[in-house]
Amino acid sequence: MNKDREILTGEHFMNGNFACAEGAIAAGCRFFAGYPITPSSEIAEHISVRFPEIGGLFVQMEDELASMCAILGASWGGLKSMTVTSGPGFSLMQENIGLGAMTETPCVVVNIQRGGPSTGLPTLVGQQDMMQARWGSHGDYEIIALCPSSPQELFDFTVKAFNLSEMYRVPVLVMGDEVVGHMSERVVIPPKEEIELLPRRKYAGPKEKYLPFKPDKDLVPRMVTAGEGYHIHITGLTHDEKGYPVLDAETQNKLVSRLVNKIRKNADKIIEIEEKNTEDAEVIVVSYGISARTSLRAIELAEEEGIKVGMLRLITVWPFPEKRIHQLASKVVGFVVPEINCGQIVYEVERCVRGKTKVTLVPHAGGHIHDPKDIFQAIRSILK
Amino acid sequence: MNEKHPMDYLLREDRIPHIWCPGCGIGSSVSCFIMALEESGLDLNKVVVVSGIGCTGRVAGYVKLDSFHTTHGRAIPFATGLALANPELKVVVYSGDGDLIAIGGNHFIHAARRNINMTVICVNNFNYAMTGGQAGPTTPLYAKASTTPYGCFEQPFNLVHLAAASGAVYVARWTALHLRRLTKSMVEAFQKKGFSFIEVISPCPTAYARRNRLGDGLAQMKFYHDNSIIRHGADPKEADIGFQTKIVVGKFIDVERPDYYTFLNEGLAKVMGGRK
Repeated sequence: MNKDREILTGEHFMNGNFACAEGAIAAGCRFFAGYPITPSSEIAEHISVRFPEIGGLFVQMEDELASMCAILGASWGGLKSMTVTSGPGFSLMQENIGLGAMTETPCVVVNIQRGGPSTGLPTLVGQQDMMQARWGSHGDYEIIALCPSSPQELFDFTVKAFNLSEMYRVPVLVMGDEVVGHMSERVVIPPKEEIELLPRRKYAGPKEKYLPFKPDKDLVPRMVTAGEGYHIHITGLTHDEKGYPVLDAETQNKLVSRLVNKIRKNADKIIEIEEKNTEDAEVIVVSYGISARTSLRAIELAEEEGIKVGMLRLITVWPFPEKRIHQLASKVVGFVVPEINCGQIVYEVERCVRGKTKVTLVPHAGGHIHDPKDIFQAIRSILK
Repeated sequence: MNEKHPMDYLLREDRIPHIWCPGCGIGSSVSCFIMALEESGLDLNKVVVVSGIGCTGRVAGYVKLDSFHTTHGRAIPFATGLALANPELKVVVYSGDGDLIAIGGNHFIHAARRNINMTVICVNNFNYAMTGGQAGPTTPLYAKASTTPYGCFEQPFNLVHLAAASGAVYVARWTALHLRRLTKSMVEAFQKKGFSFIEVISPCPTAYARRNRLGDGLAQMKFYHDNSIIRHGADPKEADIGFQTKIVVGKFIDVERPDYYTFLNEGLAKVMGGRK
């Protein structure tokens, strides 16, 4: 491996998609499988250039179903792995995101969101896959999803996504959007020693005692890799701690409850939000991704009129910061939720508010970011 | 009763009895597989079995090797990730005709085209047996299935032709009763670098034979065996399987072509000094 080319420490003027690719490399990702799709393709292209320099393996698969499966296989083969997609490709990946959740396979899936439904707006922005990120594959499971608002965060959160996926053994989603993916800004890549990486939670006990799905105290089991002589069996069927299929209600309850609880019970450790002026706010804007940045101008306009506006930016969208939003609900006149969709995260905010205060959606069907004035108007109206 | 079966060490005894019906050919193909593993002298810690969904998809659950039972049709792309992440592994995909060729058909042709280093064993029983005997991409013309009650009016795939045309470096077909020959083919396939493919024609007494009045498993197995014609090196194009017709079996293809991983590394070495 060419050590000099591994982590490009320094200041760069870089677009979000390139920053995402560099984040993956810095996180130790060495297997990429993907299928070209706008507006995410630059990530795959950049990785196809960079991986051969550092000993990684890039493979362009026949579709997104295959890409998602290949990264699961590669993860069990011992490499940190990632795929990247957008809109229609994200739909195709859902099947095997479910397999990843069921088999507790660490991996990262990046979605540079575009406008939908269907082929929709291939080159233009959307934030319409937020609920699909949470509920997209069939059955009950919990997932972790992060929302970057800048090229810098596409770097940082991609690293974070790898760490979370190793820590909780779950596919982690980086829910970017077309604007963040395509904008170029200053990106600082820290020195290698300053990038914290979590290792795979490998089993180290006696071979004959290994149970692939016996959890640690935090409900996450220890992993081994294919080829190490453990002769593991891994299945998408409901399974016991041995990994063997057991198709009954009792095993289902034990397994699915643990899959859900390993995220829910660790939610306080996983969730990250950014708050600004929320303590004495009359209105709080809850937003994420590029919409959080559009909101900053709206907040300025409101402050010019003397309205006290706070900002709660979702870094972790899933699991959702329900406790904090519920807490803030009793302090404010209302929440304003701008998002580039016809209402997704707003329902989650309403759920957490539990009727304690007003919640206003500022929708946008996609294709463009909000006009900050629309968000500003919503802030004004909620005070009436 | 305490005596151990000589193959037990490679089976997950705690999962036996298996789910396969009496007279099904999947079990005998697994016997051949285990004999072939023994004979090949492969390091069993490095052999990985990947299956999809269906009756044959359950093979992964019974062999005491690293084994992955994936989603329907996706065994090959999952195996592609494994094989590329760790080229020391011997990756074997073991699945059925519906899984590999219908829902997984696209993955099949592309893995063969790329020449990913894996052996694909496809047990072809001419129908979707686990779900009750629906027609599939290999159901012979005019054969009855639960979704072709008046007979099948679709041209089936000829799997050996499909594999060969897509770029497989080793292609063979046997019936589940050609135990010695099937075992030998498996050993040969394991030794190939690249995409090797073996089709195993298997009786399905419960779902396919019953509906087509083909007798019990043994009768069906005997029919396939008696009606197969061994023709090594035959043109795979000419090896179509019709309803209760003769079946051409043998080794169709055995050629050398650099596998994906080797070819990629050699190519990168030439143009940029190799993967660093």
